[in-house]
Amino acid sequence: MKNISTVIALTAMIILPSQFAVSQKVDSKVRDAEKARVAAIAKATQSTISVFAPGGRGGGSGVVISKQGYALTNYHVVKPCGNYMQCSLPDGKLYDAVLVGLDPVGDVAIIQLLGRDDFPAATLADSDKVKQGDWCFAAGNPFLLATDFQPTITWGMVSGVNRYQYPSKTLLEYADCIQTDAAINPGNSGGPLFDANGDVIGINGRGSFEKRGRVNVGVGYAISINQIKYFMDHLMSGRIVDHATLGATVYTDDRGRVIVDAILETSDAYKKGLRYEDEIVRFGGRSIQTVNQFKNVLGIYPRGWRVPLTFRREGKNYDITVRLAGVHDVEKLTEMIQGKPSSKPKGKPGDAKKSKTPRKKGGIPKAAKDRIEVRRGFANYYYNRLRRTEIWKAHIGAQDYSKLQGKWKISARASDGTVVQILLDDEKSGIQWGEDPYVLDPEKDLSEQLYPRQTGGLLPALHLWRRLLIQGPEKFGSLHYFGSLPLEGEKKYPHVFEGTFDVAVTNFFFNRDSHQLIAQEMFLDPEGNAVEVRFDDYQEVNGVMFPRKIKTTVSGRPTEIRFNKIEFQK
Amino acid sequence: MTKVRKKSTALFHIALMAACLICVDTSAQLKSYKNVVEDAQNKMVKIYGAGGFQGLEAYQSGFFISSTGEILTTWSYVLDAEDIVVMLNDGQKLNAKLKGYDPRTEVAILKVEVLNVDYFNLDKAVKLRSGSKVLALSNLYGVATGNEPASVQFGVVSAKTKLSARRGAFDTNYQGSVYVIDAMTNNPGAAGGAITDRRGNLAAIIGKELRSSKNNIWLNFAIPVSEITDSIDAIRSGKIIAQADPKAKLADEPMTVKLMGIVLLPNVVSNTPPFVDRVVRGSVADKAGIRPDDLIIEAAGQLTTSRNALENKLKTIERDTPVKLTIQRGRKFLNIEIDLNK
Repeated sequence: MKNISTVIALTAMIILPSQFAVSQKVDSKVRDAEKARVAAIAKATQSTISVFAPGGRGGGSGVVISKQGYALTNYHVVKPCGNYMQCSLPDGKLYDAVLVGLDPVGDVAIIQLLGRDDFPAATLADSDKVKQGDWCFAAGNPFLLATDFQPTITWGMVSGVNRYQYPSKTLLEYADCIQTDAAINPGNSGGPLFDANGDVIGINGRGSFEKRGRVNVGVGYAISINQIKYFMDHLMSGRIVDHATLGATVYTDDRGRVIVDAILETSDAYKKGLRYEDEIVRFGGRSIQTVNQFKNVLGIYPRGWRVPLTFRREGKNYDITVRLAGVHDVEKLTEMIQGKPSSKPKGKPGDAKKSKTPRKKGGIPKAAKDRIEVRRGFANYYYNRLRRTEIWKAHIGAQDYSKLQGKWKISARASDGTVVQILLDDEKSGIQWGEDPYVLDPEKDLSEQLYPRQTGGLLPALHLWRRLLIQGPEKFGSLHYFGSLPLEGEKKYPHVFEGTFDVAVTNFFFNRDSHQLIAQEMFLDPEGNAVEVRFDDYQEVNGVMFPRKIKTTVSGRPTEIRFNKIEFQK
Repeated sequence: MTKVRKKSTALFHIALMAACLICVDTSAQLKSYKNVVEDAQNKMVKIYGAGGFQGLEAYQSGFFISSTGEILTTWSYVLDAEDIVVMLNDGQKLNAKLKGYDPRTEVAILKVEVLNVDYFNLDKAVKLRSGSKVLALSNLYGVATGNEPASVQFGVVSAKTKLSARRGAFDTNYQGSVYVIDAMTNNPGAAGGAITDRRGNLAAIIGKELRSSKNNIWLNFAIPVSEITDSIDAIRSGKIIAQADPKAKLADEPMTVKLMGIVLLPNVVSNTPPFVDRVVRGSVADKAGIRPDDLIIEAAGQLTTSRNALENKLKTIERDTPVKLTIQRGRKFLNIEIDLNK
């Protein structure tokens, strides 16, 4: 007994002074730093998920970014899942989840976890502020180790930013990504990379593996969260989204300048004046000195984005804004992801239909099934319909444009003094531009009716505008929610509907706050020139809100056309 | 009991003192890692040379060790090129001259024509202990191009040990002391990169890729500056030079390998290495201990990268002058003197 008590006393003495010493000697800064780190990891952990493909066909990680359960992961993680998967949260529960949107080139996917409206969402940081030498940590489920769904945390340093990684035998391109020495292993894919505060700076997805096998080699890459922010609305649209191209290729010359070595004459950049052998000086607000930097800028924007570009020719700088085209033909991209269209067509192509259970056993639970709508070209058409309906409802509000089925007669005057009479109708529309009358027959090829000539096609644009208002997005033709795109003068990127009627592709822009239809952009001209119309000064006319002013380009000059009298005929 | 208490109190005091020292150390204005990295980047270079096939990367890393453009890097096949190109941190592209290298420590010095560049001062190089925090800067995997900064990794020195202790497992020329690092520092293209301490002071140079033949594990190691100072001094002072002086006078009666009694491997390509094929029995070379399969890496202080280089060097040496040869036999280096007068 005595011996034991002596031992206890001794042990106590050894422990107590050392504990005392610890509380004395540790700098409060060190304690604070430790506390902050523990808190950051605790915060980050709660929104980190594991993604499991049904039937044990693989998996990865992800991160919840909204209370409604929307979560980010990699395209290559959800690929084996199809449109249904199961996800775990660190609370130990397993949730059903469905695919929402895919960015196959950027290796990003959005899924939605179901069954709660209070999912713990992570905070998204501004990844442009991340610098080499910053601390960061990855959370996820490497090697699918965690059977209790507690994510594995690997701490590290930001090894590099604005890194460019070529597509490796696939179409996955990692542009402008964050490089880290935090251990990234198989299973970490799709999981978040956090800054030291526990806010998301990227989505882990790739490492430099090569000859060393598929385990951590101290070189992991995360897709920057700022890139994903540009794509967010696009991914939420349920589409398979595409990346962008300038329509020009560049090389670095021996003086370290980035020079255009080929350019498509149909590209917007060419139309804005960019030519072979011009030097790219700035692009997307960044100075350009290497091909990688150029590719980094291109890689972060979705198709259709407008980006400022400065080029230099003979010692003089030129500033232009270019609209980026898609890298892939839409059908090509669909084929790459969904295969060739089925040889035995069921119903009309493009028809939406409820998913049939593709799996033999168990099938998909009803809650998930209700949120899956298979349609060619879409990751999940359910979400496109959902967003489109939300935006359209917000736009029309309590108004009913569908009652305005008769002729629309508008008397107007352009800012250059021209008197303009507009008549819009289902059968035929017309415009009297000063002395010149034009008639549009919607049954005939619209691209041959770009009237009035000096506007590049204002009449067909307005004809389609009326069609959208009275028919609504369901009956317009083929029309889907595209995502958001920048628009000059708008601080928040407006929502965009992309509609196709005849050969005309038309984008309709909706303000995020007022929900009003603020702009239309029509691509009909075979040479690729767009007609842009801005709708402004909404006032009540016959019980509906209606623009009193439009802005467009006439003979290359910005022109305002004020509607003096608007008449809706029965 | 009291004795024990006294002892522990004493220990406690020592611990407190040590802690205070550490406190002083850390409370001195420490730059953030971000700033340390930023300062170090201007000293780093990307090196491009031979390779680019069969898994041999045509690039590696290096850093300035003087304001006038001396670059320290690792001796490898990458430098065995007519044109060695060096990319500075600001994207400036320069042609580099190989000033010299030491096959024993596998370090090389390149020279580029620049003035007033930032550099790591070798005289202020620091020694690390197990547990020291380190930053590793290198262009691993060639991730960075142009003016993009080299990659940085954070790690801790796991051990200070000798590579020779692992002979048989790790196949390497260099047998001296190394720091083993817990970060994945030794990747393709990382060789020649810099290991610094927490404050950005140079401590070591990142070694070549090294894989254990026994368990296929890659070793992340770096060579302490103190281990290579002699090599650097020798290269700098011209004691080991890479290229023959084109102005050197030819000897009236030059030395030849034939006179020594050495038959070299046939000169099949322009840079066939000077491997000994045969040694004439009873010849000077035989008596001096030269054996078939020996590689002559140095003659009279000049590196002999090829048969041609060796033969050209010998042409400048009178046959009655003793010649010092450095021989590589397997992983061993031998100094042998050839004196025809004996």
